[in-house]
Amino acid sequence: MKSFDELSLKEIVDEVQDGFILGIPADYSGVPMKFTKELIKKGVKNLKLYCLPLTTIQGDMLIGSGCVSEIEAAAVTLGEFGMAPRFSEAVENGKILIKDSTCPALHAQLQATEKSVPFMPLRGVIGSDIQKHRKDWHVIENPMRSSGVREEPVLLLPAVQLDILVFHAPCSDRNGNIQIGRRRELATLAHASKKVFVTVEKVLNIDFFEDELSAATCLPALYVNGISIVKNGAWPCALPGVYSSDNEEIKKYSLAAKTKEGFGEYMRYFL
Amino acid sequence: MNLDIQREELLISQLADLLKNNKHVAVGAASPIPGAAALLAKEEAKFLNKRLRVTILHSNKYNNFTDGARELFDCAAQGRIDTFFLGGVQIDGQANINLVGTGEYPKIKKRFPGSFGSALMYFVVPQIILFREEHSPRTLVKKVDFISAPGVSERGVYRPGGPKYLLTNRALFKFNKNLKKFSLHKINEKETVKNLIKVTGFDFDVDNKISQMSNPDTNRLNILRDKIAPMVSEFYPEFANKIWGI
Repeated sequence: MKSFDELSLKEIVDEVQDGFILGIPADYSGVPMKFTKELIKKGVKNLKLYCLPLTTIQGDMLIGSGCVSEIEAAAVTLGEFGMAPRFSEAVENGKILIKDSTCPALHAQLQATEKSVPFMPLRGVIGSDIQKHRKDWHVIENPMRSSGVREEPVLLLPAVQLDILVFHAPCSDRNGNIQIGRRRELATLAHASKKVFVTVEKVLNIDFFEDELSAATCLPALYVNGISIVKNGAWPCALPGVYSSDNEEIKKYSLAAKTKEGFGEYMRYFL
Repeated sequence: MNLDIQREELLISQLADLLKNNKHVAVGAASPIPGAAALLAKEEAKFLNKRLRVTILHSNKYNNFTDGARELFDCAAQGRIDTFFLGGVQIDGQANINLVGTGEYPKIKKRFPGSFGSALMYFVVPQIILFREEHSPRTLVKKVDFISAPGVSERGVYRPGGPKYLLTNRALFKFNKNLKKFSLHKINEKETVKNLIKVTGFDFDVDNKISQMSNPDTNRLNILRDKIAPMVSEFYPEFANKIWGI
């Protein structure tokens, strides 16, 4: 039935090279945890995580496992379970570089790449220490006569292209179109990434484009380089609309990861 | 019904009072108390034949967006959101907020999650309510170590929005944009102005008609516990369990 060749999880993991900019989806848009687990096992190094706009346990585990040299994010947190302990420790001890940002800026930088323009303007942010410390951002005076206020300062953000994006989704159709529902930030991430791989719970023997409802809520296969069927692929994170997060497990992690030793012990069990 | 009002319930009630006459309230990350307050205000608006729209970012059910996570920011920038809530590891007397950490950036001593969307939302949403439960010299400081978003902006910067209130578990302050200063508006019944001066790291004015934070009445408490609590447990299960045991 399928018109695409299914990949193994290992084949997706092998696409990730040391030093790559890896796109990281937020906890509400399908975190590829099984993939992350295999990535850590492989021992990948110097990843640059680009979070849209935040990361939870995925980023914290990758950082704690020594896979990350740089992270661009608006927040790294375990949500209701408190701070991301390995992230905080790594930043406090200068082990990783954090490019502090704010959610709309992380979106806008990818939107620039979507449109293939060199930068994107954004309002707000001016006068913050986020802006002060981002040497790659620039403030100009609004040059337009017809819109906005003339001479108003406006922030310009550079286009960012990801090397690779991996996320987890409920399903694909037989042609490799991916159901993303209302999580349109996954489309933004995909449009701005050189390569896109998706783990899915299942493949449906239908064509999403035959129905207006499913056509409007999918990421077209043209942006997707490969798909792997991975059951429970977001666990212990949630897969919105399919299963909720395993809060007991995340709590367990949040407590264990408070120390380096506890984290090491947890990861031996997790991997 | 247990009439002992919990601290969190009092705060929810205080916040709900500030949402009257709003059309659209949005609630961001890590905000169970503002989330509950927004849903409570929505429920109460129905009795007055008014409609309040509530968008809770971390909920699938109470969420009006279909265009991905950027829609909150686009929607706010378009002026379609009346109230949003922001917190802070530190908040200072000029309403600058710090969500990044303490110590001198980038060699930070204690790192917190990060600025989230504050650096845009603070500029464009007309009523920003700052909310920080802990009211101490550690959280309410003279000057923040890192400005995630500034309380006031220089002339010429596009800024239709900004801080209006600051609520803590001890007091409610109003922010005066022209004086760049908070003024004490309401205090918790267990507090005195004298003590508040001691536990607040910044200088503030005191309103002429300062009043006590009023407890929610039985009606409001019923709605909150019977109707709102189960809704909150959909998106903040840990919180709902802790406060209401559900």
